[in-house]
Amino acid sequence: MSTGAGILPSYNIGYLDEQTKRMIRRALLKAVAIPGFQVPFASREVPMPRGWGTGGVQVTAAIIGEDDTLKVIDQGADDTTNAVSIRAFFAKVAGAKTTTRTDEATVIQTRHRIPETELTEGQTMVYQVPIPEPLRFLEPRETETRRMHALEDYGLIYVKLYEDIAKYGHIATTYAYPVIVNGRYLMDPSPTPSFDNPKLHQSPALHLYGAGREKRIYAVPPYTDVVSLGFEDHPFEPQKFSQPCAVCGSTGVYLDEIITDDAGGVMYACSDTDHCERTVAAASARRESEIDNDELSDELDEIEEVHV
Amino acid sequence: MYVAVKGGEKAIANAHALLAKAGRGDERQPRIEHAQVAGQLAVLVARVMNEGSLYDPELAARAILQAQGDALEAITLVRSYRTTLPRFGYTEPVDTAALPPQRRVSATFKDIPGGQQLGATFDYTHRLFSDPAEATTGFADNESATAHEDEMPRVADLLGVEALMEPERPADFDDPEPADLTREPTVFPMSRAERLQALARGDEGFLLSLGYSTQRGFGRTHPFAGEIRVGEVEVEFDAPELGFAVPLGRIEVTECQMINQFTGNADTPAQFTRGYGLVFGRAERKAMSMSLVDRTLRADEFGERRVAPAQDEEFVIMHADNVEATGFVEHLKLPHYVDFQAELGLVRRLNKERMAKADAAAGTSSEEVEALA
Repeated sequence: MSTGAGILPSYNIGYLDEQTKRMIRRALLKAVAIPGFQVPFASREVPMPRGWGTGGVQVTAAIIGEDDTLKVIDQGADDTTNAVSIRAFFAKVAGAKTTTRTDEATVIQTRHRIPETELTEGQTMVYQVPIPEPLRFLEPRETETRRMHALEDYGLIYVKLYEDIAKYGHIATTYAYPVIVNGRYLMDPSPTPSFDNPKLHQSPALHLYGAGREKRIYAVPPYTDVVSLGFEDHPFEPQKFSQPCAVCGSTGVYLDEIITDDAGGVMYACSDTDHCERTVAAASARRESEIDNDELSDELDEIEEVHV
Repeated sequence: MYVAVKGGEKAIANAHALLAKAGRGDERQPRIEHAQVAGQLAVLVARVMNEGSLYDPELAARAILQAQGDALEAITLVRSYRTTLPRFGYTEPVDTAALPPQRRVSATFKDIPGGQQLGATFDYTHRLFSDPAEATTGFADNESATAHEDEMPRVADLLGVEALMEPERPADFDDPEPADLTREPTVFPMSRAERLQALARGDEGFLLSLGYSTQRGFGRTHPFAGEIRVGEVEVEFDAPELGFAVPLGRIEVTECQMINQFTGNADTPAQFTRGYGLVFGRAERKAMSMSLVDRTLRADEFGERRVAPAQDEEFVIMHADNVEATGFVEHLKLPHYVDFQAELGLVRRLNKERMAKADAAAGTSSEEVEALA
């Protein structure tokens, strides 16, 4: 602790001290044991501002090991500044291997998206969560919302959805769309668009959610039921895009709207940059070489399947 | 066009270089040394230590320099370092009655045992620009400007003798372990010890405004500044394997005992109650604000109706932490393309549906007109 003149303080490997990592791992185990339940944990400061992924960073720091390969995305993209910054942080303090490829990553820290490439067993998604409480904007008090979860008192959220329908004719929640996990706990899937909600249901990957500022950790273990709220006559409807990606041609993917001029011109392109790049690369590879290489064509088929 | 989201890595490197350049200022001027900051900007250093929850003037001074004078950025730096340090245990309670005060004032009694001692204060200065070199002359040979060496009993204890003051330790006080909200999950309601910890590291400006709001009637507590004292106090650590307390060193603290009138209720006789503030360094405004808010947050203890923001524990504690507040406010700078896209789709859909409805309504009425004709 003493900092003699000219001597700078030093940090533990992986930044967090070992006691803290153990504390977070315990919280994670509890979260996995009770899917969708928000486990309070003694969230630490990390060297980036609160609200910029400090919960996700703590979870990643607690689980990342020498064999892991880390991918970090923000808005689906690997190259957005905050994703770059967090990836560089782990490369620096934990010596972590990093990648931008979804299929090569073992740990994927994300803000606002689930990758288009199907996740597999053994992969772990780490979500940065701003407000973990799905009932927060209906009831601001933590003491109240904890009681509501304990009693499975979720009437309020259904009333909210009903009011949407009464007012607009359909549910007007487009992201952070609430889900019921394992038939018990109401959960905020973090502000991912409702487009991504179906990817959580019976997903083979482990999904961990870290809310640093709000000091909560929760989880969806592999192969767990995750049901988006809806009514029999107004079932859950995820977003749909009518046009394909202007860059790679993929359909059935989440698209960013990119304004191209000041006269209302727009184009739509994949929000998932890794998916987009690999689709473009596969298509150009196909054009350039004769497809007598079986291995390559298999790979292409695989990629094709993903975005068709 | 798609390059809009590309180039993050290079952009960050460039931004860091620019930041360093902006912080260097005019290169003909010498760099400020952290020792100069620690010595000459001690009040700012105290703020960074308090809200950073770490007593280390040198590190706080470094943080202020690295943060280019941004107090909250400096506090974040200190906190992010502090949190990685292992916790060995708790010190013995510091004995503030034994601290030889460099400053000690009471607003409740004209004369108190040990006397009033103005000490280093801005209180009676004229806020006119002056030459700092001039201000210190004629001071060094002034004997009364040196710190008082006698012990001075705490003013609140004097009233306690007459049972006019709520006892510092209630009859059933069993000296529980102080909680540590940096190591344990936050759960409401908090113990008073946890609350005081949260207030000690809470934002000075936020607590000042909340304290002020109680003075203006939002949760009024009828406060008097019973005593404010500033001085150095010895910190001792009781290592279990040794069996006795080992002195770790001395720290400068500011303590404020707020005395609040209380008219009593069915259970408690009329008496004075306490609000408490204790902070690192010279930080009187913070200590006073803290003691005001501490007292209002004790509303339940005295059966007072909770009607004002300053009486609402969850509201005060959850929003007093400026590292959390600034981070979350500033995170709005991060991209939100995905959620915004989702909302854009919804707003377009709602508008389209509204226009379709309007068209349909217009269609019906024109048909009706034709039918009539």
